[in-house]
Amino acid sequence: MFEIFASLGVALQLIGGADPELWSIVLLSLKLSLASAVAGAAIGLPLGALIAVGTFPGRRALIVILNALLGLPSVVVGLVVYLLLSRAGPLGEFGILFTPAAIIVAQTVLVVPIVAALARQAAEDAWGEYREQLTSLGVSRLRAVPTILWDTRFSLLTVVMAGFGRAASEVGAVMVVGGNIDGVTRVMTTAIALETSKGDLPLALGLGVVLIAVVLAINAGAFGIREWSARHHG
Amino acid sequence: MAEARPFQLEARGVSVVLGGVRALDGLDLVLEPGLRTVVLGPNGAGKSVLLRTLHGLIAPAAGTVSWSRPVRQAMVFQRPVMLRRSALANLRYALAVNGVAEPERTSRATAALARVGLERIADRPARVLSGGEQQRLALARAWALRPEILFLDEPTASLDPGATAEVERVIASIAAEGTRIVMTTHNLGQARRLADEIVFIHAGRAAERTAADRFFDQPASNEARLFLQGELPWK
Repeated sequence: MFEIFASLGVALQLIGGADPELWSIVLLSLKLSLASAVAGAAIGLPLGALIAVGTFPGRRALIVILNALLGLPSVVVGLVVYLLLSRAGPLGEFGILFTPAAIIVAQTVLVVPIVAALARQAAEDAWGEYREQLTSLGVSRLRAVPTILWDTRFSLLTVVMAGFGRAASEVGAVMVVGGNIDGVTRVMTTAIALETSKGDLPLALGLGVVLIAVVLAINAGAFGIREWSARHHG
Repeated sequence: MAEARPFQLEARGVSVVLGGVRALDGLDLVLEPGLRTVVLGPNGAGKSVLLRTLHGLIAPAAGTVSWSRPVRQAMVFQRPVMLRRSALANLRYALAVNGVAEPERTSRATAALARVGLERIADRPARVLSGGEQQRLALARAWALRPEILFLDEPTASLDPGATAEVERVIASIAAEGTRIVMTTHNLGQARRLADEIVFIHAGRAAERTAADRFFDQPASNEARLFLQGELPWK
């Protein structure tokens, strides 16, 4: 028990003392997770809204696959991305395995299903409310997609945050495709795993505290924005 | 405002089945320009379904709805659906979708807001307006599209008397400009005030069609007579 508090004390000193190693890992983590969340949103939001509004063959199958992908074991995603990006793989010529770019790719693959599935739900609710009115105004289904995305923007913010959270807390896939290389692809989660196994609990705990604080702050922000929007936009 | 070029809307043998229930059952109706038609009938008679079918929101299971020429149409629903943006932006959106370019888009939207007395709240988010204001905004949005025919499905059903009077005033003035009005209501006083003719729907068919001034005193059909007496015709 004493061990935990001692480590926590050192951890807080690392955070407060602006330990360069800790903060460079934190910064890299945030950058990569943000990039993945943005890329995942750019793909997942329109995809989710299209599935919600559209009528096309295979729509139901797509929904089932999307929901199944939510439970995708991240290590398997890492493995598949690893195979695609490895020298002999189809995308090997880009040579991005064990670089931050590979981490973004793997995290994006994990973020897209979450964002698309949650966006589909939000868009489907909105479409149920808007369908008759928009059709009456002469809005095509395809034209309705950006309209609905914009109109559910405050709910979708929470969706993108969920995607960011998934990316930031990801370990397995990031370890496999990034390689946890010090100063290059070592992010918060892989650093925590490594430091814990090495027995360097203060750094691991310090990173853990920062990780939790980041996720908390982002969710608080999203919650605040939703509250504000409900009051001001109805 | 609306074109004077006449048109005819013809529904022939229209049947609509919704959720296994036959909402319209071989309905015949011909609408010509210039009149204000109010569709009356008991709950579940198919009034709303009729309007939606004529407007093209519901495809009939049997029968046809045909227009003598392409006609600009709009519909106002019982509960207005506003987009999560300002009142003015809601009108601009409707115009943009219908191919109205700037600067006409904004000038037409602004004129429509003034038309329903909402110019003060142009920049307010549409979804936090009161029910009456939202319904007037819905009327402005429909009017901005310069429809030749305007369908209204119980436009005042969820409004208080003051807001109802405002909405009725706007409907009357839109009709005065030559827009064909087809509306449903549960409010017989409103039907008296706004209708030139009454189409009475019963069990998915048009049971009768009578000039408004005659209908309330001398309805032609037994169902309408019972309806006006406050009876339930299906009992």
